[in-house]
Amino acid sequence: MDYSQFLYMHAELSLLAVILILFVADLVMCPDKKSGKGVYNTCLPVVLLTLHTVLNFLPCAESQSCEAFGGMYVYTPMMTVMKTVLNVGTLIVCLMAHKWLSREENLVKQGEFYLLVLFTLLGMYFMISSGHFLMFFIGLELASVPMTALVAFDKKRRESAEAGAKFILLALFSSALLLYGISLIYGASGTLYFDEIGAQLDGSLLSIFGLVLFITGLGFKISLVPFHLWTADTYEGAPTVVTGFLSVISKGAAAFVLLTILMKCFAQSELFYSWNTGMYWIIVASITVANLFAIRQNNLKRFMAFSAISQAGYLVLAIMDGTAQGMTALVFYLLVYMVSNLGAFAVMTSIEENSGKILISDYDGLYQTNPKLAFLMTLCLFSLAGIPPFAGFFSKFFVFMAAFKAGYPLLVFIALVNTVISLYYYLLIVKAMYIKQSDSPIAPFRSDAYTRLALVLSILGVIVFGIGGVFYNYIEGFSYGL
Amino acid sequence: MLLGLWLARDVKGVRAVMVAGSTALLVLAGYLTVTFLGDRAAGATDEMLYTASLNWFEPLHIKYSVGVDGISVAMLLLSAIIVFTGTFASWQLKPLTKEYFLWFTLLSLGVFGFFISVDMFAMFMFYEIALIPMYLLIGVWGSGKKEYAAMKLTLMLMGGSAFLMCGIFGIFYGAGGQTMNIVEIANHTGGAHAIDFAQQCIWFPLTFIGFGVLGALFPFHTWSPDGHASAPTAVSMLHAGVLMKLGGYGCFRIAMYLMPEATHELGWIFLILTGISVVYGAFSACVQTDLKYINAYSSVSHCGLVLFAILMLNQTSCTGAVLQMLSHGLMTALFFALIGMIYGRTHTRDIRELNGLMRIMPFLSVGYILAGLANLGLPGFSGFIAEMTIFVGSFQNADTFHRVLTIAACCSIVITAVYILRVVGKILYGTCTNEHHLQLTDATWDERFSVICLILAVAALGMAPLWVSDMINTGVAPIVDHIHATSHTVSTCNPFN
Repeated sequence: MDYSQFLYMHAELSLLAVILILFVADLVMCPDKKSGKGVYNTCLPVVLLTLHTVLNFLPCAESQSCEAFGGMYVYTPMMTVMKTVLNVGTLIVCLMAHKWLSREENLVKQGEFYLLVLFTLLGMYFMISSGHFLMFFIGLELASVPMTALVAFDKKRRESAEAGAKFILLALFSSALLLYGISLIYGASGTLYFDEIGAQLDGSLLSIFGLVLFITGLGFKISLVPFHLWTADTYEGAPTVVTGFLSVISKGAAAFVLLTILMKCFAQSELFYSWNTGMYWIIVASITVANLFAIRQNNLKRFMAFSAISQAGYLVLAIMDGTAQGMTALVFYLLVYMVSNLGAFAVMTSIEENSGKILISDYDGLYQTNPKLAFLMTLCLFSLAGIPPFAGFFSKFFVFMAAFKAGYPLLVFIALVNTVISLYYYLLIVKAMYIKQSDSPIAPFRSDAYTRLALVLSILGVIVFGIGGVFYNYIEGFSYGL
Repeated sequence: MLLGLWLARDVKGVRAVMVAGSTALLVLAGYLTVTFLGDRAAGATDEMLYTASLNWFEPLHIKYSVGVDGISVAMLLLSAIIVFTGTFASWQLKPLTKEYFLWFTLLSLGVFGFFISVDMFAMFMFYEIALIPMYLLIGVWGSGKKEYAAMKLTLMLMGGSAFLMCGIFGIFYGAGGQTMNIVEIANHTGGAHAIDFAQQCIWFPLTFIGFGVLGALFPFHTWSPDGHASAPTAVSMLHAGVLMKLGGYGCFRIAMYLMPEATHELGWIFLILTGISVVYGAFSACVQTDLKYINAYSSVSHCGLVLFAILMLNQTSCTGAVLQMLSHGLMTALFFALIGMIYGRTHTRDIRELNGLMRIMPFLSVGYILAGLANLGLPGFSGFIAEMTIFVGSFQNADTFHRVLTIAACCSIVITAVYILRVVGKILYGTCTNEHHLQLTDATWDERFSVICLILAVAALGMAPLWVSDMINTGVAPIVDHIHATSHTVSTCNPFN
């Protein structure tokens, strides 16, 4: 056996190394329960993760596409870009989790949190890099199971436990559908290697059925309408930090994989037509339904859940165009959505940790008491709504452009009308913060250094990613299409 | 140089900085006008001068290109004047002054960026940048039904931009997906026929409506009265004075310039709509009792006239349209400034409660009369020049359809006179019945300064219009020629032909 193959997996291996170090560190540096001080602090995981991100990103430019282990594992520079995007997101999540983890009841569980987050990330790595349906499924499960533990992390809070239960049941259900779909595809094509499936499928009813089940299974993960019903409850129940992680990272990885697999395995004309039509209606439903529901929410986390569903709709809009442009638009959209959404979640977490408030009506008059946080929140919301000069505008524009190029002007138009609706509800929060007055506003407070760092990173992304064209051009350099 | 022009706007919201910034802006705009005229006189014949281009999103052929022609120079000058005077008009604004000027600056950045862009993407981006600060400016610092008005305005304009974005994609891919540069698309290989005719007929209405919403095109004008009435003074000034011009400018530069055949084919529909805007706006203004509503409807009418004129598709009327943009921008800004000052003293804008102001605040009253006279097109002021040019141009279209519409639109001048004189008579003359109003004082120095600047500008444009109209002509000519360079000049679907 050629052991140099392992070198292709440097991203996974270095992440594994980070996990192991943290594992040992967790054993050695147990928190001192008597004094209540955590010896194990946020610093170590953050530094390690940063190191890991940088080390894996740097050689990205000159590396070549390759396969390992007989095609089970695939490596392309685009995947490194994708993994880096996820890394940065996870880093921000870890930073903003600091305050929450410093709560007394969470102090002993600090180590667990990082391990669970990183295992989820590892699962996504394998999912992204898979060249075989089996590998893909293992990655998916590795990402789902620790995620459930994270959702139920606040085990003394009933909502959190309930959210965890809902999440695991639906994750299993969707995995079952996915597996059934994969088995049908295997039946139709006789192979599970992505490279070979494409040539074997002929658009028979069996293969279409497999395709539909496959999309359904991933649709649950990305939380597209009509597979979104778990989203709002889970998002509401999960700890806010985990909600942030769930809404961006896990969704993004699944969307990317959906795109690559659809492109690799189902690109033949008959199948292409059937999934394109299916996706068309899924997108219309996701964007519209989620937007209409979001208007009525008062809990900010439920609100973000519906906002995330509609954003997922925009995200998969880029899939409609199966070319390099579509892939770039997707990854770029994801990157921008990640920083904007995590920025908003960082503000929400820090407010929740300091005042325990999470309703939109609690945010009334926030600008009077915490002008900086309100301002940052506004920037993130504007970016989510697609207002220039923030990055969200650019990413939306490119996604629409890709879909338009693929020949769906009507779909783009529907999506555009929906951006106006979404602007309405994002502005509701801005209105609460700036215009409304409150008798009991959130008291002024100073957020801790880690939260601030998370905020700075996100806001920097929100501002720079769009105006600096280099980011888009860089991603474009690695993407490939049908 | 133009890049520096709006980078200079990167100011903090302190008054001193604001004044320095807006003065610098005005000086730069003036300098730009002078050099532009000089270069044109020296024989520079390119369509756009001072062009600069920067690769932005290379794979998508998006560049950041800037450049100016006669129209945009005129618009830049207008914006600079209004930002300058607007700064003085909001001198006494109290709560959150810094934030106010921050958003105000962002708004003007959008406006300037819009006028200097020659790339559709950059243009669209600046268009949206100019829209969103309105929400906060109206919502936080406005008066009356401010939340409702702010939301309505933002959503309607963003709805317009949804149409617009679709139109832009249509043009981009229709023209081969090779460039976003407006001039390049227009002179694309194959000339005017770059975009397929059938496609033009889809994208033209979308683009035109998209910009038309901002230009207060009937029936998409309803945001305008509410928005203007609730906005703080300087924002009303900038919004009615400059932002609504973005609509007309965009219609002309993107919708009509790039899709000449569809313009000929479908222009009549919009011509009727704008005709309705003109007359309906004027009639609505007659029955309002709130000063700002009167002026907002009058803006609908006058901006309708701008769109009306560009759809008349000849050199004279299009020049008139740009003149009207300039003149209306200055006049409306003057009006809103004065209304804001009167409101700041009396705390009411209801004309039934105001009377005899001439004795109490003579300076403001005289200003109001001058603005009114300019608005109804008295010779010597800019309004006369602009409307005259427009109607002369419109009448050059010899067919019945255009003639009838022109005559209908001309009627609006009479209606304008009715509502202006009614207001002036009602609020300025007579005896003051409200004792509280007798205690009020006249304008302070910053207000006087702002009003005088605007009156001077209006009068200057009215007395010496030739240099401006010549400058505009150089910008309008290539576009109108381009529109006429197509073989398809008669609409096949117009039932009135």
